[in-house]
Amino acid sequence: MSDTHAPAHRPQDLDDAIAGGVGESPLRPDGTLKVRGDFAYSSDLWAENMLWGATLRSPHPSARIRSVDIGPALRSPGVHAVLTAEDVPGRNLYGLKDIDQPVLAEDVVRYRGEAVALVAADHPETARRALDLIEVDYEVLEPVVDAELAAHDDSLPKVHPGGNTVRYQPIVKGDPEVTADVVVSGTYTVGMQDQAFLGPESGLAIPAEDGGVDLYLATQDLHTDRKQTAAALDLDPELVRMTMSGVGGAFGGREDLSMQVHVCMLALRTGRPVKIVYDREESFFGHVHRHPAKMYYEHGATRDGDLVFVRAQLYFDGGAYASKTPVVVGNGTTLGVGPYDVANVSIQGWGMYTNNPPCGAMRGLGAVQPAFAYESQMDRLAEALDMDPVELRIRNAISRGDTTPTGQVLDYPAPVAELLRRVRELPLPEAPAAGAEPDIRDLPGGASNTTHGEGVVRGVGYGVCIKNICYAEGADDFSTARVRLQNVAGEPLAMVHTAAAEVGQGLVTVQQQIARSELEVERVNIHPNDTSVGPAGSSSASRQTYVTGGAVQAACRAVRERLLAITAERFGEPAAELSLSGGKIVSRESGVLADIAEVLGSEAIEETREYHHRETFPLDERGRSERAQVQHAFSAHRAVVDVDTELGLIKVVQLDCSQDVGKAVNPESVVGQIQGGSAQGLGLAVMEEIQVGEGKIRNPSFTDYLIPTILDMPPMNVDVIERGDPNAPYGVRGVGEPPTISSTPAIVAAIRAATGRDLTHVPVGPEHIIG
Amino acid sequence: MDFLRPAGWSEALEAKANHPDATPIAGGTDVMVELNFDHRRPETLLDLTRIEQLREWSRTERNGVPTVRIGAAVPYARLIEELGTTLPGLAMAARTVGSPQIRNRGTLGGNLASASPAGDGHPPLLASNAEIELESVRGSRTLPLADFFTGVKRTDMAPDELIAAVHVPEGTGPQQFSKIGTRNAMVIAVCTFAVALHPRRRGVGTGLGSAAPTPRSATEAEEFLAGALAEDGQWDDPRPLPASVTERFGELVARAAAPIDDVRGTAGYRTHALHVLARRTLSWAWDEYRSGTELSGRQRCA
Repeated sequence: MSDTHAPAHRPQDLDDAIAGGVGESPLRPDGTLKVRGDFAYSSDLWAENMLWGATLRSPHPSARIRSVDIGPALRSPGVHAVLTAEDVPGRNLYGLKDIDQPVLAEDVVRYRGEAVALVAADHPETARRALDLIEVDYEVLEPVVDAELAAHDDSLPKVHPGGNTVRYQPIVKGDPEVTADVVVSGTYTVGMQDQAFLGPESGLAIPAEDGGVDLYLATQDLHTDRKQTAAALDLDPELVRMTMSGVGGAFGGREDLSMQVHVCMLALRTGRPVKIVYDREESFFGHVHRHPAKMYYEHGATRDGDLVFVRAQLYFDGGAYASKTPVVVGNGTTLGVGPYDVANVSIQGWGMYTNNPPCGAMRGLGAVQPAFAYESQMDRLAEALDMDPVELRIRNAISRGDTTPTGQVLDYPAPVAELLRRVRELPLPEAPAAGAEPDIRDLPGGASNTTHGEGVVRGVGYGVCIKNICYAEGADDFSTARVRLQNVAGEPLAMVHTAAAEVGQGLVTVQQQIARSELEVERVNIHPNDTSVGPAGSSSASRQTYVTGGAVQAACRAVRERLLAITAERFGEPAAELSLSGGKIVSRESGVLADIAEVLGSEAIEETREYHHRETFPLDERGRSERAQVQHAFSAHRAVVDVDTELGLIKVVQLDCSQDVGKAVNPESVVGQIQGGSAQGLGLAVMEEIQVGEGKIRNPSFTDYLIPTILDMPPMNVDVIERGDPNAPYGVRGVGEPPTISSTPAIVAAIRAATGRDLTHVPVGPEHIIG
Repeated sequence: MDFLRPAGWSEALEAKANHPDATPIAGGTDVMVELNFDHRRPETLLDLTRIEQLREWSRTERNGVPTVRIGAAVPYARLIEELGTTLPGLAMAARTVGSPQIRNRGTLGGNLASASPAGDGHPPLLASNAEIELESVRGSRTLPLADFFTGVKRTDMAPDELIAAVHVPEGTGPQQFSKIGTRNAMVIAVCTFAVALHPRRRGVGTGLGSAAPTPRSATEAEEFLAGALAEDGQWDDPRPLPASVTERFGELVARAAAPIDDVRGTAGYRTHALHVLARRTLSWAWDEYRSGTELSGRQRCA
């Protein structure tokens, strides 16, 4: 890329030095910038001579395209290109698992919001107005909108030629027909949650002289984006160079392509840099959401409270395209009994195509929905048995050495019972002083002044969960790290280069901490994430500290080995006797031999390493697998909730969490992940739902898609324990997802305790409570 | 798009007369959202931020009643800080508007001009029998707020008129405001209710929001309560209100509503919630009245 084409806002430079090694909590280098509003996000990108792209989207959930007339739009002043499906240079299909989604719709549209045409113009408003001039003649069709019906009613229209089932997976363990003393059953539904990341989809594509394209963007996975984009552009992947720009949150919503191919097509067609930024409303149509689910559960137990069986049928609505639906079915079914030891299991899971908005990755992928159901069932069972709900959970908790429903033996710590005991022991909120005037902000309704205590009842509830870490069922989602150690002005400097996306989780800090600890140097820089290094895989599945952390560790150790070998040769000491300490090379025999910088001289040592996690294997037709998943993580929540039982309004008073993280590489970031995940789970419990009617989103805005504010998210007691996983680098266990999963059922259980209502749907709304 | 920036009020009225289609903008908390969402593409924006007098409020007297005249561009934050004791109901409503940033920018005049059925400022103004002062190059007129709203986001304003001010009689008794939202801050109302006791004229004022195509008062409830209070000699010798009175008041308030089902809530829930809010706010206002202060600056909310 020549300098004349360089974007004025370069990708965020995150090479500020931080202090601290593994186990410490250095401040993140981008923290101050973000708090001050100085951080450059991908939507801030700008280049000389840049055009603006815009996307025409289908107004119908299901329709046949009879014709598209781009003539009037193309003739509009300021418009430089109008593109449709026939302009897609390569494969007009993409997808993370099943390659089933057109870059631009050809003869049919399958959801409201599907991309149909693109415009590039010299001003964003010109581009938007040109969209209105594109004439698409649709033959509107009846949409398929009910996933459960789609699974069983063959007379429904087929959303895709191959039928409406994306994946069906049964899991059978023990005797599926066994009977039990006490049986409880229930039907549970989970609404469509949105990732609600604050930085909308955006990217800047710059055509290159070699016929390729440079794309600056916010994403979770550069290489998977590149692979799909290159195929659609019909370019060699080497000619599609991607550089990470400031990412304003992700939570799974940036795993699928959004504007990537579109913006590159416009740039290659016009020969000019093109930028696309979605606005908030378009963002709701431009990314996948969490799968809504309907779940039928039946639990059987002995009179003493030992689980005898769990049977369930899970229906996940994948919407118009497959995206991560196969994984949602895999996770939902394999984790469908929760963190419990159950001898007899029969679970069936369906992931379906419908004409609803496409659903895919979101924090807690496929584990969030069944957790709401199985934890609700555990409470219902405790009530039927007249047992304490925490005791019932502890009694049935899975632990090290137990076998999951897929036949996998947990060969690492699984301290589920311990987490439950610990979270129960955390301090409860103090009762307000007698006679003290309550501050309305502490009551349900908050600043809206709806109660001064009238109708308010307090409830306490618990939830615990299991989530698999890293990709599963045979995926080899490895990561790559390149580490370069050199002498800069008499000091050793380590440069860490990966493609692993910093999406806000703190990976940028963790990589530096690992390099600092492994190489015993003060100064570590992080190279901007791009595709000039090997793949890191996606920042998802709570996997980056595990796999990219492992790759950085391995690359650092390879660099160290070479450094020690050079030293050994130079000083005539066996390499095995040498170690690094405080920027120096130390011999066991003779003490300090030399500064690292001195040994390096003008030479740099660079090593690249891949880290592959333990092999996993696919499920067979009964859901059996020697090892379906790499690792499991667990968290337990206790929620204290005040409910205005007359108005159905809710104030979560306190939300506490105990979680096993294996090893806290950065303890403060770990707490931050637990707080953030818990807030997202709180959102699902009491307010977050994309309302869809007849295939159309009714609330595509932050005015009506509500996410928690500081008055909704209470203070937390966070209890982190470290029961290291011997199979993982430093013993780490994925952190980001579990708290999103167990917080939701804990909050709903607390609302049930306060109201006596069944509450079988999340989010719980006022009308569910006053019923 | 043309952007007009009059330096003074008469210049603004001239501009509006010459560009009757111009969209006035002050805080921009409604207009900018509509522009950003592409819901509106006005040919001309009329910026009112340079007009000093719109940002002033003063104490006056109208028909012998002490009244506060609030310039149309006074933001919510100042209603809270400067008028919290004089117009407590309005200040309570202002506290529920958006975030601190929105309250710094958003103005009372903008709230009225948008005429959303969910406008938070409207119910307490109705409960206080506020009037609105409209002006154009043709002259000035003042009309009761209840006559100002003519439909969903529609008002009685002529195309050449601007809102100059709102006239709010000073409270002579306790006032309350409550708002239902499914989040504990920064939420558009599912429904709102305001009540004001007017001991000096032995009257009761109410205002309902998000409960009908326009903000409205529950006239029957007002008359019932004023009658019940007078009948029992409660104004001079206040005693606890019988449950039958608060309950009936709640019923009549709920009956005054004509809500719809929408993405924020159902008609049934809105009706139910208004009943509860009417009961509760009346009991808070009455407790305050009984505790002896005719005009109280005390408020329960933060």
